[in-house]
Amino acid sequence: MALLPRRDRFAPPPTAFEQQLIPVVSVMLASLAPLLPIIATAPMVPPLGFMTLLGWRLLRNDIWPVWAALPLGLFDDLFSGAPIGTGMALWAISFVAIDAIDRRFVWRDHLQDWGIAIAFVAAYLALAGWLSGGGVPIWVLAPQLLLSALLFPIISRTTAMLDRWRLGR
Amino acid sequence: MAPPSRARQGFSKRAQLGLFTSYVIAVAGILLGLLLALTARFDPAGHAAIQGLLSDITAPVAKGGRAFVGTIASGYDGAAAYIDAGSKNRAMETELRAARAELMKGKAVSRENYRLKRLARLVENSPDAVVSARLIASTGASARRYATLSAGSTQGVASGQPVRTTEGLVGRVVAAGRITARILLITDGGAVIPVRRLSDGMPALATGRGDGGLDIRALEAGSNPFKTGDIMVTSGAGGIYPPDVPVALVKIERRDVAIARPLADPAALDFAIVLPPFVARDPVLPPAPAAP
Repeated sequence: MALLPRRDRFAPPPTAFEQQLIPVVSVMLASLAPLLPIIATAPMVPPLGFMTLLGWRLLRNDIWPVWAALPLGLFDDLFSGAPIGTGMALWAISFVAIDAIDRRFVWRDHLQDWGIAIAFVAAYLALAGWLSGGGVPIWVLAPQLLLSALLFPIISRTTAMLDRWRLGR
Repeated sequence: MAPPSRARQGFSKRAQLGLFTSYVIAVAGILLGLLLALTARFDPAGHAAIQGLLSDITAPVAKGGRAFVGTIASGYDGAAAYIDAGSKNRAMETELRAARAELMKGKAVSRENYRLKRLARLVENSPDAVVSARLIASTGASARRYATLSAGSTQGVASGQPVRTTEGLVGRVVAAGRITARILLITDGGAVIPVRRLSDGMPALATGRGDGGLDIRALEAGSNPFKTGDIMVTSGAGGIYPPDVPVALVKIERRDVAIARPLADPAALDFAIVLPPFVARDPVLPPAPAAP
């Protein structure tokens, strides 16, 4: 790509903008999933924005400060249909919680990351449902959670691939 | 060596302060977000305005994609129809025979209906549609069931108008942007529609379940007079939804509630019609005395 030239050994270290570009853009693109032309009668589509965010955060703990979840969550709120502020609050809370997990469990394998992601997505879906009201029974979210759980390894792989590309440039 | 933890930044005062500040910002943001999310429940109008503006900007993407999906789906349907043409033909023949009998019955009923309406001197009010437009997207990841309609305030769509298709009721406009509008689908947990049974006019309330179905509750508690196969139509009570729009077909009977499937499948529908909100006619009152 002409826009993103491959960097050689003698190039200066990447600027903050170059480091952030791919993670931030990938999360924002995933947040746009509600624009997909699917009219869903039940909540079935996994929260792709949140899962991509988790994928990046569990892969690398050094790219984002804790508050980075706030603007990304706000962007997600604009499209997700949940009231504005839901994503901001829940995404930032999960960043704080993952920081605490990072302190307890320093070495984690993919299975543990997967479990953490499932727990966070479940909590996120339940709390977002509660915050947006509508009196939806909790079991309605079960298929969505199952789909999210199955999708997370793919998202995790994708972020890892993007990460390698980002650092290899 | 363990990967560097963000929590332990060494002895650098600057790094420690930076970490502390980032946590302060995060906690402040969390509180702000929670506050916003909760006020959204008390001031939905202001919220909807922002979201309407955003969906206006992104509408072209969704519109193009919707057309693409339509092409794929019709191609798939065509192939599937070819494969099981024989069995389908047999099924359709039996269906046709049953349908003919139903048609005769229907003709008789419609004649009776006409007679009864003449008797009651009811005027058939057919409100002309505001606009017909496509549903282009929905909030599939959220627990709420909103859809985006490709028509907005420039076409005369306004908040509160009911939306239907030829098959049945879809929902109600909750926010109108300039070229798009947000529709609260009838399957949303917050949607309540006064309905009645088509066959005998037994009144009931239909509530969205959030999973694609509707709860049909009779007005008296503790009983469920509705049977599988009952068709529910809007009763027009309370305004907004015009009467006699098909809503749902009862699928499952429970002890005190019946679970129904909406007749208009939003995933398959092509065009939706926005209607002006139905206003029940007020009883005729004597004219107010002129001011002295």
